[in-house]
Amino acid sequence: MQEIKREDLIAKAAQLLADGTVDRVIGWKKGEFDYDVTPAVFTSKEELESEFVWNDFCGANFSKYLRKEADKTESKVMAFLKPCDTYSFNQLLTEHKFDREKVYVVGIPCNGMLDDSKIKERANGISSVSEENGKVVVDTLYDGKITLERAEVLAERCANCKSKKHAAYDELLGEEGEVLDSARFDEVEKLEAMTADERFAFWQNELSRCIRCNACRNICPACTCEKCVFDNPASGVENKAISDSFEEKMFHIIRAFHVAGRCTDCGECSRVCPQNIPLHLLNRKFIKDMNEFYGEYQAGAEVGSRAPIVDFTTEDIEPCDAVERGGENA
Amino acid sequence: MRKISLDKINQLFAEISSKSSLYIPVDTAAGAKFEKYDGTKTMSDALNTVRSAKDFFFPQTENMVDFKVEGKNIEIVEPVNEYEDFVVFGVRACDVKSFEILDRVFLADPVDNFYKNRREHGIIVSMACTKPAETCFCGTFGIDAASPAGDIVCHKTDDTLYLDAKTEKGAQLLDSLNALTEETDSSAVDAQKAKTAEIMKKLPLAGLDASAFGADKTMEFFNAPEWKELSEACLGCGTCTFVCPTCQCYDIKDFSTGHEVKRFRCWDSCMYSDFTRMAHGNIRNSQLERFRQRFMHKLVYYPTNNEGIFGCVGCGRCLAKCPINMNIVKVMKKLGGNK
Repeated sequence: MQEIKREDLIAKAAQLLADGTVDRVIGWKKGEFDYDVTPAVFTSKEELESEFVWNDFCGANFSKYLRKEADKTESKVMAFLKPCDTYSFNQLLTEHKFDREKVYVVGIPCNGMLDDSKIKERANGISSVSEENGKVVVDTLYDGKITLERAEVLAERCANCKSKKHAAYDELLGEEGEVLDSARFDEVEKLEAMTADERFAFWQNELSRCIRCNACRNICPACTCEKCVFDNPASGVENKAISDSFEEKMFHIIRAFHVAGRCTDCGECSRVCPQNIPLHLLNRKFIKDMNEFYGEYQAGAEVGSRAPIVDFTTEDIEPCDAVERGGENA
Repeated sequence: MRKISLDKINQLFAEISSKSSLYIPVDTAAGAKFEKYDGTKTMSDALNTVRSAKDFFFPQTENMVDFKVEGKNIEIVEPVNEYEDFVVFGVRACDVKSFEILDRVFLADPVDNFYKNRREHGIIVSMACTKPAETCFCGTFGIDAASPAGDIVCHKTDDTLYLDAKTEKGAQLLDSLNALTEETDSSAVDAQKAKTAEIMKKLPLAGLDASAFGADKTMEFFNAPEWKELSEACLGCGTCTFVCPTCQCYDIKDFSTGHEVKRFRCWDSCMYSDFTRMAHGNIRNSQLERFRQRFMHKLVYYPTNNEGIFGCVGCGRCLAKCPINMNIVKVMKKLGGNK
C-alpha cells in the first residue's frame, strides 16, 4: 500500500497540465493485470483518469526516459519520481543528459514496491493483487485467496532501501523522508567472505544464464552512450550472442566498470533481467569498495559531484594497497 | 494409450535415457529449465520453462564453419552435422506448436540443414496443461492446452502419467517402454481435458480475438497511429524476441581468433538498432519501426506467407518478461479493437 493516493497524483498532474506548467506527464499506465504496469506519457486529464495507475507495481524509474522526453516538450515534461529515482535524475543531470529547464519533477513518497516474480512463485493463476490490513492478498484461479506478508514479496532493492529522501524535486507531495541505514551491502559481504573459487563458481552459475538481451543495459540510467560499443559493428567487440563462456562474463564486468562511480544503485538492472541474474551485486561491490577506499560517496546525491575514481586527491588509497585487500580471499 | 504410476517415473526416465539423451524440465532457483536427465533430477511441475524449447532445434549460438589459415593455405572445416538422438520430455502445447511455425521457415526451400538435422533426431514428448496461468492465451491461436501435439502426448494426474503416441517416432519410443507401462483407456484423460477446457474459458485472456489480423492485412495496420503510443516506452532490448518460442531471426558473423575464423550464427532481434544492416545501415531507423516490425511479423506478415497461420502461440513469456510490460496482447487489443 502506498501512502499517497492515485487521485492525488492525477489531481496534481491535471493541474500542472491545465495551468500550462507542463504539456506532458510521464506516469504509469494500467495493464491487463494488477501488476503489469507500463511507463507512458499522458497529455490530458481524461487520459489520466482512465489509464493512470499508482500502486505497488510502479517500480519503473522514469529518469532515463527524460533524455528523449525533454526534447519533445514545448514547455516542460513532468515526471513523478520516487526517492531512489531522483538519484538517477541527478546523475543524468551531472552528465548533462537533458535540459533541467525542460523538466518538472514531482517527488512522491514510496513505501517500497512489490516484485511480481516473487508473487508468481507463491501463487498460480493470479486474478488480482490487493492489500488488506498491511498484507498482500492475491486472488487466484486455483487456490482462492492467498495472503502474503509484504516483506516476503517486496522487491530486493526496496527491502534494502537506501533512502526515503528525495535528492531532487520541483515540488514534493507528502512528507520528506530520511536517508536510511540500509543493509544493502550484506549480500556483498557474503560474496567477499567466499574463497576466490567459490566466488567464481557463484558468478559462473549466475552469468551463464545471460541471454544477451541487453535489457540491463537499456534500462540502466547510467548507460547513456549514444551508441554502445557492443552495438557498433566497427568496434570489433560487437556481439549479439554469447560466443563462448568467457564473453558473457566480460560483458557484465565491463558494464559494471563502466558505470562505477555513476551507478546510484537504483536496482533496475536486476528488476528487468529475464533470467533473474542478481546484477546489482556487481555494482554494489564497486560502490562498497569505493566507500571503503575513498570515503562514503553516493552517486546522484547532488548534481555536479565528482565520483572518487575521476577525482584525484592526495588522500586517495595507493593502488598497491587496493590490490592487496581481501587477504587470502582476494 | 499407456499409463505408468508416477512413483515409477524415474524408471521411465532411466529407460529412455539409456538409449538416447533425455531432457526434462527441472526447477532451479531462477525458474524451470530443461536439463539433461542424469538419474538424479526430478521433473518440475512448473507450468512452463523460463526459456522456450526452441533452443533444442535452433540454439542461441551455433558454429557454422571454421576457416583455418596456415601460411597461404585456407582449410575449410565443416561442422559436425550428425547429431545424436534426443528426447525432450514435458513440452507444453504452445511450445510444441512453435516447432510447426519454425518448421515453415527453416524447412522451406532452401532447407536449413542445421535445424533439419536436429528436428529429425529429436522426439517431442508433450505434456498437457491443467493449470494455465493468467498470462496464457494459446486458445486465441487455436491451440488446445489440454491436447498438445507431439510425438507422444502425456497427461499427468495426481498419481498417474498417461502416454499416447501420435507419430511413428513416438510409437517406436512408447513401444520400447512397454515393460514399464500398461494399456489403459482414455477415461481419466478425457475427464482431465474436460476440466481444463472449463478453466480455459475462465482465463482473463480467454476472449482475446485475433480475427482482425491475418494474411494480407498489412495496409490496415502498417500506418496505424497507435504504434506511436504502443512503442513509446520500448527500451529496444531483445527480451521479448529471446524468450519467444517463435522468433527465428539470426545473424551470421565471423569471429577471428588470429589464426582461424569461426563463422557462427546467433539469435538476432528486430528490436536492435543494428539488426539487418544493409550497405546504407538499418532499414528501420526508429524504435517505432522496429517495434512495429516484430508485431506485424507475428500478426500479419507470417500469416501472409503461411496460409493464415499466426506467428504467435500465446505462451505468455513476453507478458511475464518485458521490462516495461508491453506485449502482443496489449498490441492486439489496441489495434484490433477488442477489449
